[in-house]
Amino acid sequence: MATQDKPVLHGYFRSSCSWRVRIAFALKGIEYDQVPIHLIKDGGQQHTEQYKTLNPMQQVPAVEIDGITLSQSLAVIQYIDETRPGPPLLPADPKKRAQVRMISDIIASGIQPLQNLHVIQKMGTEKVQWAQHFIDRGFQALEPLLKQTAGKYCVGDEISMADICLVPQVYNAERFKVDVEQYPTIKRLNETLREIEAFRVSDPSCQPDTPEDLRA
Amino acid sequence: MHLSLVCLAKPVLHGYFRSSCSWRVRIAFALKGIEYDQVPIHLIKDGGQQHTEQYKTLNPMQQVPAVEIDGITLSQSLAVIQYIDETRPGPPLLPADPKKRAQVRMISDIIASGIQPLQNLHVIQKMGTEKVQWAQHFIDRGFQALEPLLKQTAGKYCVGDEISMADICLVPQVYNAERFKVDVEQYPTIKRLNETLREIEAFRVSDPSCQPDTPEDLRA
Repeated sequence: MATQDKPVLHGYFRSSCSWRVRIAFALKGIEYDQVPIHLIKDGGQQHTEQYKTLNPMQQVPAVEIDGITLSQSLAVIQYIDETRPGPPLLPADPKKRAQVRMISDIIASGIQPLQNLHVIQKMGTEKVQWAQHFIDRGFQALEPLLKQTAGKYCVGDEISMADICLVPQVYNAERFKVDVEQYPTIKRLNETLREIEAFRVSDPSCQPDTPEDLRA
Repeated sequence: MHLSLVCLAKPVLHGYFRSSCSWRVRIAFALKGIEYDQVPIHLIKDGGQQHTEQYKTLNPMQQVPAVEIDGITLSQSLAVIQYIDETRPGPPLLPADPKKRAQVRMISDIIASGIQPLQNLHVIQKMGTEKVQWAQHFIDRGFQALEPLLKQTAGKYCVGDEISMADICLVPQVYNAERFKVDVEQYPTIKRLNETLREIEAFRVSDPSCQPDTPEDLRA
């Protein structure tokens, strides 16, 4: 019976990690419920005792699916990919799969954790500089890698977990006023991907918890 | 002819004896019984050999490890480990069951995204006199999350009773915790798992104390 329940995503409209999961659900055509966790209000709703039982890292997203609770967006995405039909989110070829994971991890380990809310809150007045430093450093690495791996999308011509990670990270880059023009491959890929339905419906501007003044 | 010669070449790991991410890859190679060559990249000498133009072509993130294998170059330890798992025989590094696989990846990512990047060399160098406090904060925060999760998932090892990528990530992270004087006694499940895993051959041979680039004064 549990497997017939819709998955539940606990997330925040503007959390890039939550957005990654929303994109994956959309690409697979999976309906799901959202429980918004406001990261600022009430001292941050991710810090409640209740939410801590879902995700003891006190971060979003957390996903209830098939009777278990998972955190860490790439673990969730690969679980969805391995258990649901629909377009594969990783290529069949092992070398291409490795490239998808490498690009995803550069973003999910090498960039985003260094500019997420918890870290930024510790940086005080230096927060924009700090975030720009780590985003630029990551994009300076991604640009030559993507030049090698990209076709229409990040790795070849099929949408993958790498694309799922890239778009929300570019959104973050823009929020911190990083000049993405310096990274033409990243820019081109992002523009292509933003037009795709799964990326549009999952956009921060149109989620249940998007504030009125930020709605598309 | 050329292609088959490339596949017969041993993988090459560019790493550092004490880099926890490099150690993860060494453990994976050892668990699979794969022979490989090591090219040491000293992270401090010469301003940090990871910053040379030559190394940047292997890994533009200017971090270790980077692995040359089967004619390609990969970085990001978990991408390397899963590539090895998917292309080499030997004990699987992830479980067959999708829910357990997800738990292995979740635990691995808490370490590889949620802890280690916040206390790696590049970040620590920016923290000046606050570096130990900073590292302890992020390691403690991560271990406070891992402890209850591992209580649920662990059997003999991190997830059930088979060694997985989660165990591969855990041991080097506990080593880092000890370097930063984090009190691991507060985390009994982590402590117990680490002690069990440290006795396993693949974890011992890949230990920082016995690598080609281990300094004399740190050799076991």
